[in-house]
Amino acid sequence: MALIHDLIFQGGQMLLVLLLAPLLTGFVRKVKARLLRRQGPPLLQPYRDLVRLMRKDVVLAESASWLFRVIPYVVFAGTWVAASLVPTFRSGLLFSWTADLIAIIALIGSARFFLALAGLDVGTSFGGIGSSREMMIASLAEPAMLMIVFAIALIAGSTQLSTMAAFMNSPEVGLRVSLGLGLVALIIVAIAENARVPVDNPATHLELTMVHEAMVLEYSGRHLALIEMSAFLKLLLYVSLIACLFTPWGIAPAGAAPQSLIVGVATYLGKLAVCGFLLALFETAIAKMRVFRVPEFLGAALMLALLATLLRFVSRSF
Amino acid sequence: MVVYALFGVLALVVLAPIAIALGGSSQATNTVYGASLIVTLALFVIAVLTLFGHSEPPPAITLPLGLPWLGAHFRIDALSAFFLAVINLGGAAASLFALGYGRHEAFPGRVLPFYPAYLAGMNLVVLAGDAFSFLVSWEFMSLSSWALVISHHEERENLRAGYVYLLMASFGTLALLFAFGLLAGASGDYTFEAMRAAHPSAGLAALVLVLALTGAGSKAGVVPLHAWLPLAHPAAPSHVSGLMSGVMTKVAVYGFVRIVFDLLGTPDWWWSLIVLFVGGTTAALGVLYALMQNDLKRVLAYSTIENIGIVFAALGLALAFKASGMTFPAALAFTAALLHVFNHSLFKNLLFCGAGAVLVATGERDMEKLGGLIHRMPQTAFVFLIGATAISALPPLNGFVSEWLTFQAILLSPQLPSWGLKLMVPAVGALLALSAALAGACFVRAFGISFLGRPRTQAAIDARETDANSLGAMFVLAALCLVAGVLPGLFIDALAPVAEIGVGGHMPVQTSVEWLSIVPIAESRSSYNGLLVFVFMVTSGVLAAFAIHRLASDRLRRSAAWDCGYPDPNPLTQYSASSFAQPIRRVFGTLLFGAREIGEMPPPSSTRPARLTVRIHDPIWDTLYAPISGFIDYATDRLNVLQFLTIRRYLTLVFVALVVLLLVLAIWP
Repeated sequence: MALIHDLIFQGGQMLLVLLLAPLLTGFVRKVKARLLRRQGPPLLQPYRDLVRLMRKDVVLAESASWLFRVIPYVVFAGTWVAASLVPTFRSGLLFSWTADLIAIIALIGSARFFLALAGLDVGTSFGGIGSSREMMIASLAEPAMLMIVFAIALIAGSTQLSTMAAFMNSPEVGLRVSLGLGLVALIIVAIAENARVPVDNPATHLELTMVHEAMVLEYSGRHLALIEMSAFLKLLLYVSLIACLFTPWGIAPAGAAPQSLIVGVATYLGKLAVCGFLLALFETAIAKMRVFRVPEFLGAALMLALLATLLRFVSRSF
Repeated sequence: MVVYALFGVLALVVLAPIAIALGGSSQATNTVYGASLIVTLALFVIAVLTLFGHSEPPPAITLPLGLPWLGAHFRIDALSAFFLAVINLGGAAASLFALGYGRHEAFPGRVLPFYPAYLAGMNLVVLAGDAFSFLVSWEFMSLSSWALVISHHEERENLRAGYVYLLMASFGTLALLFAFGLLAGASGDYTFEAMRAAHPSAGLAALVLVLALTGAGSKAGVVPLHAWLPLAHPAAPSHVSGLMSGVMTKVAVYGFVRIVFDLLGTPDWWWSLIVLFVGGTTAALGVLYALMQNDLKRVLAYSTIENIGIVFAALGLALAFKASGMTFPAALAFTAALLHVFNHSLFKNLLFCGAGAVLVATGERDMEKLGGLIHRMPQTAFVFLIGATAISALPPLNGFVSEWLTFQAILLSPQLPSWGLKLMVPAVGALLALSAALAGACFVRAFGISFLGRPRTQAAIDARETDANSLGAMFVLAALCLVAGVLPGLFIDALAPVAEIGVGGHMPVQTSVEWLSIVPIAESRSSYNGLLVFVFMVTSGVLAAFAIHRLASDRLRRSAAWDCGYPDPNPLTQYSASSFAQPIRRVFGTLLFGAREIGEMPPPSSTRPARLTVRIHDPIWDTLYAPISGFIDYATDRLNVLQFLTIRRYLTLVFVALVVLLLVLAIWP
């Protein structure tokens, strides 16, 4: 019985992230537009875009290989599995022990690895520029992310997300310098990983500065829909991750009563809204930076995260 | 068991003269590689049986060879058995590959005799039970591989590679000779049993560690002793390159582990500082070097340096835990190191075989002249992609598992008591994380530029899929990469007796964990299940494909590439290997390699093309090797005078030398 119960929650989580992800992106776009005094697209526009893209024919470049057609599914699968394992409204997911935080980061890494290959597959200069810059950004963002994981794992004594969330919810966490440094670094990494301003512009086309959009330029139809969906899921994943690690309030523990589940869902939606709003606010307030300024930006995250880890090694109280 | 193993080695040794007798015929190729395949498979079975039947004491055998008062000792314990398995699995795969690849060899007579001898040499190193036979086998291995490196000596570059290799190999053996000499002490008993029983003083032991790190490390390719490796490994025929990179570097790791973990007794904590530092810098520098190369095989050789760095960093961690008496974390780090040894031997062999298949199909090793091979060699491309994914430490393949275990060991290290380690370990962790991310970039570049895109030359257009034997070998290796990635518990459990020898403890039994997960410490702390991750990814991918094709659309049209409306038919407008590396070169290379981009713009109205030149310096070659070789040149120039003395002067010289030596003897206490 308990197994079926857990299975339902795991399945519910998988569906929930799938359903909520476009909404979060739609919300961010809407807030951004309102902040710019524009009407903006309706909240549900991303869903409509996805459906429209899926119904369309795929126009495949002549030089594209079989790999190019497989990659959207691989990227989607990797991102979806990763997003399903981050606790959102309820911790102690059935399969949470399948992959700890390091493995989740690596799953995102797999998705990026294949997406970068897709950028090179057709053999166009735009695809190449996107892939090469994406890997440069990743080569700094990934170690920074791992260092953040190290710092938090050393505080929580675990790399298991459910355990980490439970620990962060307990009173023994307190205010710690390394947590603060980790949070700042995590936000920088999340911005870079999701190709947001100031690292990349998600709304750009036909610019030499674009990274993510250049990589997926040759995709169309259902392939593009899957790539877009993966991008939505990735944004949701990072927001959920920040929420689960730094504001774990309200997450229902395993085997909790229905009312605490409702509280869990409500607080989770609230957290998504707050994070989405802050992201939109940040993006409208800042200008995109030159590509070769990005390493400095991410280098700062890496140094902060390394410092946080180092502090944990030096003393248990930081 | 050891008797059967020795018979196997003998068969390989006998194969060498047979190969000479058969000459360079295609029948010789089939005989030598076929026989090597059978013998290495048999040796692999012996190794696995020994590894799993480890309850009885290691059987030993003494042959009346070598030094008359010593004899040659051979035995297989769990540590030897593990490395024996790695060597022969790699050897079998390379032999199967060579059954097809070897037919394209222009001068098979230069390769065939040395190939089985080389395999025999590597096997003998791990079987040796005393220092003398160890060193003789080590040198036998070095020399036979040197012969294979210069098998294509008509290219000047290969000759130079062989020369540098020979020098560095002799240097490494010299360091090992001193290490064993110190271990044997004044009594001069060269058996490993006697060395294990003798406990050298702290200073002496530290010296042995440094010598072992120098000797074994120069063979494994740790920075700064790596200079020969990226020259020599690519110069050999591809299956031999795979063996040198995937297997011989592991024999070097065996040498290090045998001396430092087994023979040397209890370590001091600060030893691990040296090993950790060397490992971390090797990993990061190796992959950065790899990103600067355009030669496919050279990229792979530099990436070997990176992986050796990861192994040594994990070994340093194990040493630190062992010195602090923390047996369990030491076993975790040690197992991670050995698992990475095994994993790397699989995917590096696979990647070199793939590079060999590309070389046969196109005659090119330069990535800038390849491209689009996935259309012409789809199967090779598929297995190369698996190898590239595995080596980039991405789940659900095997490279990730060993990397993950290493990170778990790092997360245990704040418990280490000493301050030096508390500062060193997070720095090494950051270096490992950096090298893992850069390895991803490196292999996106290696695979993407060579196999994807449009063909850049006629040779790439004319490429044909490689033969069945070569493909078979690569598919076996790729399948093993997947198996080791989804069922890591089996391999971790098999390593338990090896960890028992190295650090005196082992990880908890993994195969009994539910759902075949791996749980190194406790489930609340960390766990990973490669099988489920793999199943989830496949299911969700297939589900998504099925749902979309059924419910939405499955129509597809082919058309010209979009490229923002500016597609150019010239394949040279694609991103090339050096342009792909440009952002990373700017971020990391300016400081480390002194990379400079010099752009030459023609004046207005001139029709000359603009030119962009990139200059990269090798800091280690410039600061370390160039001065040493300069000094040796200078010294030999000066000493050359001694060759042209008159007989009177020679006699004076002899007399003076005699007097000086007698004086030294008289003054010496």
